[in-house]
Amino acid sequence: MKHFETTILARSGVISDSNVATAATARANIFEMSQAAEQAVLRPKDSGAFAHDLRAALAARVARLAEDGALAAYYLADAGDKAGLAEPGASDTDLDAVLTFVDRVANQTRDIVADDIKGLQAAGTSDADIVRLCELVAFLAYQTRVIAGLRLMQDTSA
Amino acid sequence: MSHVIHKFTRKVPQWQPRVTPVKLAEATDEQLEALQVTPSNTKVSDYVLTLAHDVESLSVRSPLFNAIMYDPGGMSRAERELGALGASMVNRCIFCAAVHADRHAQLEKDTRVTDELFDKGENADLSPRDRAIFDFARKSAEAPPAAGPEDMDALRKAGLTDAEILDLILSSALFGWANRLMHVLGDPVRRKDTS
Repeated sequence: MKHFETTILARSGVISDSNVATAATARANIFEMSQAAEQAVLRPKDSGAFAHDLRAALAARVARLAEDGALAAYYLADAGDKAGLAEPGASDTDLDAVLTFVDRVANQTRDIVADDIKGLQAAGTSDADIVRLCELVAFLAYQTRVIAGLRLMQDTSA
Repeated sequence: MSHVIHKFTRKVPQWQPRVTPVKLAEATDEQLEALQVTPSNTKVSDYVLTLAHDVESLSVRSPLFNAIMYDPGGMSRAERELGALGASMVNRCIFCAAVHADRHAQLEKDTRVTDELFDKGENADLSPRDRAIFDFARKSAEAPPAAGPEDMDALRKAGLTDAEILDLILSSALFGWANRLMHVLGDPVRRKDTS
């Protein structure tokens, strides 16, 4: 995939031929590797307890928590009948512990304590699935911030 | 119970996982490859063994991490460390903050900047350039992200090029990712092998 077709650059409004585009092209490898990371957390071969549609819904939820509606819409398209979970505040009795954890890791990172992990374990989430969930939320934290930074850079570019 | 560290320090703690790491003896071929275990390299940290539970993510994240922090050109390595530190302080990832404050001090051969930051936080007395870099990294790491046009203007006024600003965006965002693994999946504890 060409770097300008990656999710980050396609959604950050970087104008071709701009100074920002020149800087981005010098780091094309990073945008391509970031896209491979999106593939690994959203559409992995081994998805554990979190199928691809649920991952897409959780990604859209985290994007909304980061106030990135455009990125949320991109993920929502793959959420199928899990789309309702993308709305922050939406709950689901089977996924209560997972949704609480996702919201806290996304936006109250500094407040996370050992009991947050114990809560997920008590709800029956395996250690491998806890790591998978963290990677999904953590990747979204990265992706939303790179997009936000690039938009800011482009909007303020001379 | 080990002593969990809650205060920022440059002395790198030990990382104690809150979940059970993958056992090397039970690792799959794909995990061993991602862990880069060879007959001459069998020492793998608990952190990497924990991340090996999601081997697809681990395999792509390691080269991405290295590219953002170490690829030549653009922002200096020390300033990328400052971006990493800004995010880690916002997310209170004691372990990440220690590692990257220590690297910053080593690269700069000077502890003044990180001493100031750990002592006074966002009120630290910094050069205009370090101030602009730290403030951008710090605000970008807030949830939701809170950096604004004034922060971008401050970076440009401090003389940063577009290539440097992009590297700062990447290094601080990368720690939005790393902090959510390190700080969430484990505790920073005092090293057993040191006093």
